[in-house]
Amino acid sequence: MRTLQLGASRIGYELKVYFRQGDTVFFTFLFPIMMLSIFAVAFSTSGNIGTAPDGSGGITVASFYVPGMVAAGMLLSGVQNLAVDIAAEKGDGTLKRLGGTPLPVFSYFMGKIGMVLLSSVLQVALLLLVARVAFNVELPSEPGRWLTFAWVFLFGVITSCVLGIALSALPRTGKSATAVIIPLVLVLQFISGVYLNFSQLPGWLQNFASIFPLKWMAQGMRSVFLPASFEAAEPSGSWDLGLVALVLGVWLVVGLALCKMTFKWIRKDT
Amino acid sequence: MTTSPVQVRDLQKTYGSFKAVDGISFDIHEGETFALLGPNGAGKSTTIEILEGYRNRTSGDVQVLGVDPAHGGLDWKAQLGIVLQSTGESGNVSVVEQLTHFAAYYPQPRNVADVIEAVGLGSKATTRISKLSGGQRRRVDVALGIIGRPKLLFLDEPTTGFDPEARRQFWDLINQLKAEGTTILLTTHYLDEAATLADRAGVIVGGKLLDIGPIDAIGGAGARVPLVRWRQDGVVRSERTAEPAALAARLYAAAGGEVDGLEITRPSLEDIYLDMVGTHSAALKTAEENA
Repeated sequence: MRTLQLGASRIGYELKVYFRQGDTVFFTFLFPIMMLSIFAVAFSTSGNIGTAPDGSGGITVASFYVPGMVAAGMLLSGVQNLAVDIAAEKGDGTLKRLGGTPLPVFSYFMGKIGMVLLSSVLQVALLLLVARVAFNVELPSEPGRWLTFAWVFLFGVITSCVLGIALSALPRTGKSATAVIIPLVLVLQFISGVYLNFSQLPGWLQNFASIFPLKWMAQGMRSVFLPASFEAAEPSGSWDLGLVALVLGVWLVVGLALCKMTFKWIRKDT
Repeated sequence: MTTSPVQVRDLQKTYGSFKAVDGISFDIHEGETFALLGPNGAGKSTTIEILEGYRNRTSGDVQVLGVDPAHGGLDWKAQLGIVLQSTGESGNVSVVEQLTHFAAYYPQPRNVADVIEAVGLGSKATTRISKLSGGQRRRVDVALGIIGRPKLLFLDEPTTGFDPEARRQFWDLINQLKAEGTTILLTTHYLDEAATLADRAGVIVGGKLLDIGPIDAIGGAGARVPLVRWRQDGVVRSERTAEPAALAARLYAAAGGEVDGLEITRPSLEDIYLDMVGTHSAALKTAEENA
């Protein structure tokens, strides 16, 4: 009970600290919105994607990029944000200080994950609002699609959080954290169908990207935001939502195991 | 008789072949302020971090509030206050926000406003910690250390970066905590601070406990022989004697009046400490040369 109460108190504290850091807000919170805007504006004259042979139909570039940006936001809020944040807290003595207080480790993680969940819900709401208002992207109206959105989003963000916590053990110092984490996250975005059309990547790269969770988050989000006619363009010819759930589940378990193995308040005896 | 809050028996900590702590034993009694003194790298912080549960020991027996700190749980941590040697960051919240948040971790925290006032940050309560000076941040550390109403307080060089006034204020605060019965373990490089605050002290050099005892007995009686200093024919003369008044009287008689530049002092804790550490280093050097 006390653990949950402290966890809730940590969420409030983490949110306060998060939104007071101008650079994080910009690079993780507003980043997908900025990228969507850039793509939408840059390709605004290049016509629709997925048109019929006669040039009719299809969707705008902005509409095409929405699912990728939603997925990128999930990954950034979880993996990049937490991995860098926790590595920095290790480096600057914050974790050492917390480790000397009766704060349960679980409450600390609850604070981190809760902060990411709330801020990423806000992020995706803002992203969809910008897409709708500024770029006239049509959002799905069927409740079934929003149900898919809800579980892919929740599942994806929590998996990202857990992987971010696990990855925070990788940088040796708080200062090197961004240098270690950002390239990883960036490469993953390029090969997972966030910036580049996944169906046009070479087969071996598609297979490689399929090992990692981002490809599946993006695919799940495509099933929500793209018209049914796009399903055939997927490598397997299907949205494969069952596989999306399976891969995210496997990564969640792997991430939890890694967290359990690697997380310590401090590196004892170094 | 109750058991002491801190019991250390033959504590050893080695890193490879380096013995950071080489078999030290001491107790800290309930309600006592105990100062651990020694040069940098002597093993003070290693010892204190083992007691806080931050480091594992190589061997020996340690009990802190009846618990082995290597396996201390949350209930155990709730009774401790820890002021680490280095300041943590967390600069994006204000003093009052940070203390209010940390107070929630403890079952019976002190009043946040009182603590802020006690560390002298009353006028900075709503200032972000990142905007504070080094000495002010250090006071936030101290405030975080005492917010949980600890039974046992660890202070690892707490007043580094304090100006003299802030140090005096800190001493008042510690005396107040002592009056409330808090047991305190203090390390400091300011020997006047140790002399003012501590009831007993231990001197660590090279991982070994050189001496331990009440502040006014450290170094033994021999180290406390008063020093008489005066000027004769323009030259400063000095003599150590257990009977300084008799010497002064002789000088008075010889001079046929007031003695020029007469001074009688007892060695301060600092003099005694420097003497002990110096002698030890010299002895080590000789031993190495002979080896």
